Amino acid sequence: MSEAGIVIAGAGHAGGAAAAALRQFGWKGAITLIGDEPLLPYQRPPLSKAWLKGEATAESLALRPERFYTQQNIDVRLSSSVASIDRADHAVCLTDGTVVRYEKLILALGARARRLGLPGFELDGVLELRTAADADRLKAAIGPGRRIAIVGGGYIGLEAAASARALGAEAFVMERETRLLARVASPPLSDFFAAAHRAHGVAVFTGAQVVGLAGRSHVSGVQLADGSVLACDVALIGVGAVPNEEIAAASGLECSNGVVVDGQARTSDGDVFAVGDLTNRPLALYGRRGRLESVPNALEQARQAASAITGRPASAAEVPWFWSDQYDIKLQIAGMPFDVAALVVRGDPASGAFAVFHLDAAGCVQCVESVNTPDAFMGGRQLIMKRKPVDAAALRDLSFTMKDLAA
Amino acid sequence: MAKITYIEHDGTAHTVEVADGLSVMEGAVNNNVPGIDADCGGSCACATCHVYVDAAWQHLTGVKNESEASMISFANGVEANSRLSCQIPVSAALDGLVVRMPAGQH
Repeated sequence: MSEAGIVIAGAGHAGGAAAAALRQFGWKGAITLIGDEPLLPYQRPPLSKAWLKGEATAESLALRPERFYTQQNIDVRLSSSVASIDRADHAVCLTDGTVVRYEKLILALGARARRLGLPGFELDGVLELRTAADADRLKAAIGPGRRIAIVGGGYIGLEAAASARALGAEAFVMERETRLLARVASPPLSDFFAAAHRAHGVAVFTGAQVVGLAGRSHVSGVQLADGSVLACDVALIGVGAVPNEEIAAASGLECSNGVVVDGQARTSDGDVFAVGDLTNRPLALYGRRGRLESVPNALEQARQAASAITGRPASAAEVPWFWSDQYDIKLQIAGMPFDVAALVVRGDPASGAFAVFHLDAAGCVQCVESVNTPDAFMGGRQLIMKRKPVDAAALRDLSFTMKDLAA
Repeated sequence: MAKITYIEHDGTAHTVEVADGLSVMEGAVNNNVPGIDADCGGSCACATCHVYVDAAWQHLTGVKNESEASMISFANGVEANSRLSCQIPVSAALDGLVVRMPAGQH
């Protein structure tokens, strides 16, 4: 029987980063990385962009090359998933019956695409986009002359729409809310993205109630509440994600829209950590908790868990951030729009380069959404960290640099 | 292929071989060199792969575009020879390159 060491359940961005961070921080014991996909940890963000457009290779998608895991002595078990956790015995049971013992367990099980459960959603040609296999199916289904229906006007759907247009496909987006990105972006940003997609030939429908998908065995159209049907050759459903928390909950770990963790990624069991999309985590800067679905969050929590396990001092809470690339638009968001009293737009959206600052009642920056303005992103991130009130008029005034404003 | 030496803020040096076509950042990440996190995976969106390029190599590592210059001007400890390592492509011309990491980049 080999030494127990650390078991990481889930070999996505968070799990892969946790394994690397443990070695970087000096963990000498065994590390077992268990993933249900057949691939080594890879980057998911390019799946809806460069990968879909054929501009990325399996090699460039991989977080690290295969030899990395050999050199770092990380035992990677692919196409393998954890069925249950036995916390009393410090062991996980895999779906093939194998029992793997752990000293410390890191759960990095991620999230899965939300399913709507509407009629027709089981038809062929109805796709989602979370994994490389999903992306390959989507890639095979789009091309010149094909028509893709995108249900859900969130980031994944919009990025896929942009890629579909780049590949010569027709695309239309159906969003239930009255604006795109309704849950995750400010109205000025929603307006900007709707205009950008329309300018690139994407039909954008907001306030659109999808009630089902039409087709015999393969999807042929999207049915709306008003009885109309819009024809399509393929449908991508991007309506959010739900955390894969079932086995954690079954083992008695505290869960509440994700596995509940502290600021060091520790669950309600001191020997079990959880990282990435799976977790409900403290948002220290905002005095709240929440679930973040982002790469920076996965990496921050991977470092938190590795620090806690190796006895490294905990690092200060980071400002959450996100990015998205669509067409020639580089969106970077820092912070989260909690307790917002005022929006300040810096720059002219019509110019294609602007930023939206979210200020609280005290005038402190809570969040910045920057479009092709990396200085606003970086300066805004510093302002969020500093919690120093800013003058809205100065923020709007482009004769002040972000460097000055953030100083 | 280029041999690149990454020097941590505490002086620890890591010399690794990096294939042509990768970035200086990818060379560090693929070999688990600490201090280069590259949170955004090389999209020039995060400034967590900040390095100082030794003077002798500056003319061979190219020039910062506007986006990189803007991002890096907000990084901690920025100097004239600061670069984002995800924006430096590796080729045989960089064989022997030495880059140093700033303090506080994990």
